[in-house]
Amino acid sequence: MPTTPYWDDVKEGQTLPEVRVDKLTRTDFVKYAGASGDFNPIHHDQTFAEASGNPTVFAMGMLNASILSRVVTSFAGRPAVRSYKVRFATRAWPGDDVICRGTVTRKFERDGEKLVEGELVAVNQKGETLISGSFVAALPARA
Amino acid sequence: MPVDKSYIGKSGEPVTMHIERGKIREFARAIKDEDPLYFDEDRARREAGGIMPPVTFLQTLSHWDDGRGRLKLPFDLKRVLHGEQEYEFLKPIYAGDALTAVSRIVDIYEKPGRRGGTMTFAVTETEYKNQRGELVARARAVGIETGQVVKD
Repeated sequence: MPTTPYWDDVKEGQTLPEVRVDKLTRTDFVKYAGASGDFNPIHHDQTFAEASGNPTVFAMGMLNASILSRVVTSFAGRPAVRSYKVRFATRAWPGDDVICRGTVTRKFERDGEKLVEGELVAVNQKGETLISGSFVAALPARA
Repeated sequence: MPVDKSYIGKSGEPVTMHIERGKIREFARAIKDEDPLYFDEDRARREAGGIMPPVTFLQTLSHWDDGRGRLKLPFDLKRVLHGEQEYEFLKPIYAGDALTAVSRIVDIYEKPGRRGGTMTFAVTETEYKNQRGELVARARAVGIETGQVVKD
């Protein structure tokens, strides 16, 4: 993990390092089902998925949202995260890539903490938005 | 069938979830996160005060809820979508903590679906307190029942 950046050194408009997962598999969905407790069969049961009018199973939104959250934690570190918000747009299917990006939009102070706010987006290999989101993280200040 | 709006303001029963190291590792692996702070206890203690669960880990509450924690709306599972999810972290959460969560339905509303039918939105807020009674996190979820089976 990279060292946590200093608040003073972060710039509004700064792009955060990309996080990506290539070619989601059905096994990825099953692992996340076991890890999270989300056993909605629409994500792992082909028969149920087809009966629901879908060509096959698709990723839990929260799996994609979890991958997207890594943009924040790999930039600021897990302890820094103050809030994380996502809105789900379209679904990810087996074979899809999940490409996650973030930008710092604002630096501010609240309750004695130095904070950065940012926008997040996860897209698939076709550039379609899977999730849009935002975060707030607290960073250390230079003495 | 419109959903009964009398659900608004109702809470489920409190659910206690134990934040376990093994489950944190499993979750970190499932989201392909190799951050040593989830795996190396000594390093996590030095750098973060302990092993903290990933940002979206509170979703695992469903492992601890026997069904009484969450008010079950009469939604059709084949037509349910997750619309939005938000977490707010007020104090650190560590492996070894026991969190008690209370979920409340704060809003239910309807909109006409773009492809016909009526979409029903349900907003749930969950508060998580630790074993010392400190409010450590809040979650807000928007669930959607679409007017018909979902097509992108």
